[in-house]
Amino acid sequence: MGLTSAHGADAQTAVTLETLLEAPGGRELLSCIQCGTCAGTCPYGDVMDWPPRRIIGMLRAGLIEEVLASESLLSCVTCYACMAKCPRGLRLTDLLLPLVKEQAFLHLPEVPAELQKALSNTLRYGNPMGESARKRSAWAATGGVPVRVLAQDPRPVDVLWFVECYTAYHPRGQDNCRATAKLFAALGTDVAILGHEEKCAGECARLAGETGLFDTLMDANLKVLGKYEYARLVTSGVHAYDAFLHEYPRGGFDQPVEHTTTYFASRLEALKPRLTKKLGYTVTYHDSCVLGRHNGIYEEPRRLLRAIPGVKLVEMVHNRINSICCGGGGGGMWLDTYYKAKGYERLADRRVREAVATGADVLAVSCPYEVSRFEDALKVLGHDKQMVIRDVVELLAEALEG
Amino acid sequence: MKILVLMKMVPDIVEELEVAPDGKSLDLDAARPIVSESDDHALEQALLLKDRLGGSVVTLGVASRDLDDVLFTALAKGSDRAVKVEGVEQPLGTAAVAVLLAEVLPAVPGLMPVDLVVTGCQAIDDLDGLVAPFLAEKLGIPYVGVVTGVEAKAGEGRVTVLKEYAGGVRARYAVTLPAVLGIQAAEKPPRYVPVAKVRATMKTGKIETVAAPAVGIAPAVEVLRMTKPEAAGQAEMLEGDPEAVASKVAEILSARGLI
Repeated sequence: MGLTSAHGADAQTAVTLETLLEAPGGRELLSCIQCGTCAGTCPYGDVMDWPPRRIIGMLRAGLIEEVLASESLLSCVTCYACMAKCPRGLRLTDLLLPLVKEQAFLHLPEVPAELQKALSNTLRYGNPMGESARKRSAWAATGGVPVRVLAQDPRPVDVLWFVECYTAYHPRGQDNCRATAKLFAALGTDVAILGHEEKCAGECARLAGETGLFDTLMDANLKVLGKYEYARLVTSGVHAYDAFLHEYPRGGFDQPVEHTTTYFASRLEALKPRLTKKLGYTVTYHDSCVLGRHNGIYEEPRRLLRAIPGVKLVEMVHNRINSICCGGGGGGMWLDTYYKAKGYERLADRRVREAVATGADVLAVSCPYEVSRFEDALKVLGHDKQMVIRDVVELLAEALEG
Repeated sequence: MKILVLMKMVPDIVEELEVAPDGKSLDLDAARPIVSESDDHALEQALLLKDRLGGSVVTLGVASRDLDDVLFTALAKGSDRAVKVEGVEQPLGTAAVAVLLAEVLPAVPGLMPVDLVVTGCQAIDDLDGLVAPFLAEKLGIPYVGVVTGVEAKAGEGRVTVLKEYAGGVRARYAVTLPAVLGIQAAEKPPRYVPVAKVRATMKTGKIETVAAPAVGIAPAVEVLRMTKPEAAGQAEMLEGDPEAVASKVAEILSARGLI
């Protein structure tokens, strides 16, 4: 991929209180009442040198070098908890933290190796795993139903399905893809994918502070999307959903966007007659930070789960707005080694303990990161015999008659 | 200390490689070029030495597809100059590259003499790692390869290089300068440079170009045939419960006189 971008700002060198306050949303710093709710609700607030409240206080006091030199922001998994709870309504995760993270990233003396590899891979191959860019749609041959690729068949289409990286490449993510393809087929949806032309939407790179990489990816994706005619974009990735909804519009993107969960939930009446297989599972649902706290999508996935014959839905203590992050956002997906070295608890472990305590035998998720994160946590904690992780779309597809 | 880093592009093996229609070379149009991994380590080692001792780093490569991105990235990481050798008919053999470099280096304004020339000790298209020792021979200076660390003090006229051998044996060699070093791995993994910094460098930085002299060296080795690995289909999968599989394994080993 080329390194040029029409939208990105170039690296800045000096950051001052003035430049921060001039940045969009920067003035919100001034309305913080220093109550500390953010620090209390932050899943890593107890291990950061400076939790959000203190970062804001330090920035206001002009201690900018100290903030940028600290590694605290590497522990921000952008879970939107501080923003959801802020009594002043400060757009912490939306505006303030990314602003500081971007600068902190440029000042990092050393990017943790795992994160560095993911970012370099994403720049080069369009996916953080470093898999062949040309094999992005290789899963489609295993889908069981035909999947149209726009590069080969560029006719206008109703649903442009933006598959995303973990779904396209991770073996368990590909289960999500196959399930989604079956559900689209069951609904008779006119759908197509970008195939090898698609690149990572880049949201997690942006929230890790690597905004230049995000801009490069956004430009590349917008250029490809501009070639085709489609009525709506539906994506399997919650972070991609966020990017298309909130960030890509500044690059000129203006099509309706849905996550697969919301797409199928709004077509549940058409899908229901096909959901005939009784599953017999007790399911607890994990609200992903992005769908839940950031976009208020709490009921759609639950409505889908309740529509599946033989599914009993139970709730974890922390649900909906109080959901506990899996730890994968904002670059956290590639900081497990770093957190481990620091002695932090893995957030996925914390979440899975709570899921197991419900007595459910399935932990249902809607974000492609969560499948591998929670499956690892189940194995680490020794609960992998009593609970499995399934995406909501996987459960729906399983309930389709043969 | 003044350090010259030699970098080159190689086919990226993450993507499928194709054999060209002539049946004896790689289809370079189908391949995606990537910077040779150990050259990236050579750059990192040079930058680490510059961080510690001061001085300057010049990065040089023979023009090829996507090399500009690599040179701008080197500038963004801290290389002081980037130079591209233009007008070479690709691909050259290792000996020809060494001759070309030995002839072109003095033609780069303000470049020679340098204290150190560092480059990858191997590349996936030069597994014998011959370019660096050939170049040292042409320049008439010492060469040490498979280097994993360099210690130096300013003004000593020599460096101490670290090499690792099988079985955890490590050796240190004193090398008088100037010298050519083939780097296997830098002391630290190559640093990350944010894309925004590379982009800023593309606007403000400059890649110098120098014309390649004609190199009249015919390759001494000819590739006769290049093919993809051919599936032999000789594996036999043992199936059944563990007891049955174990008996079968024992039978096979015994039949071959191994137990």
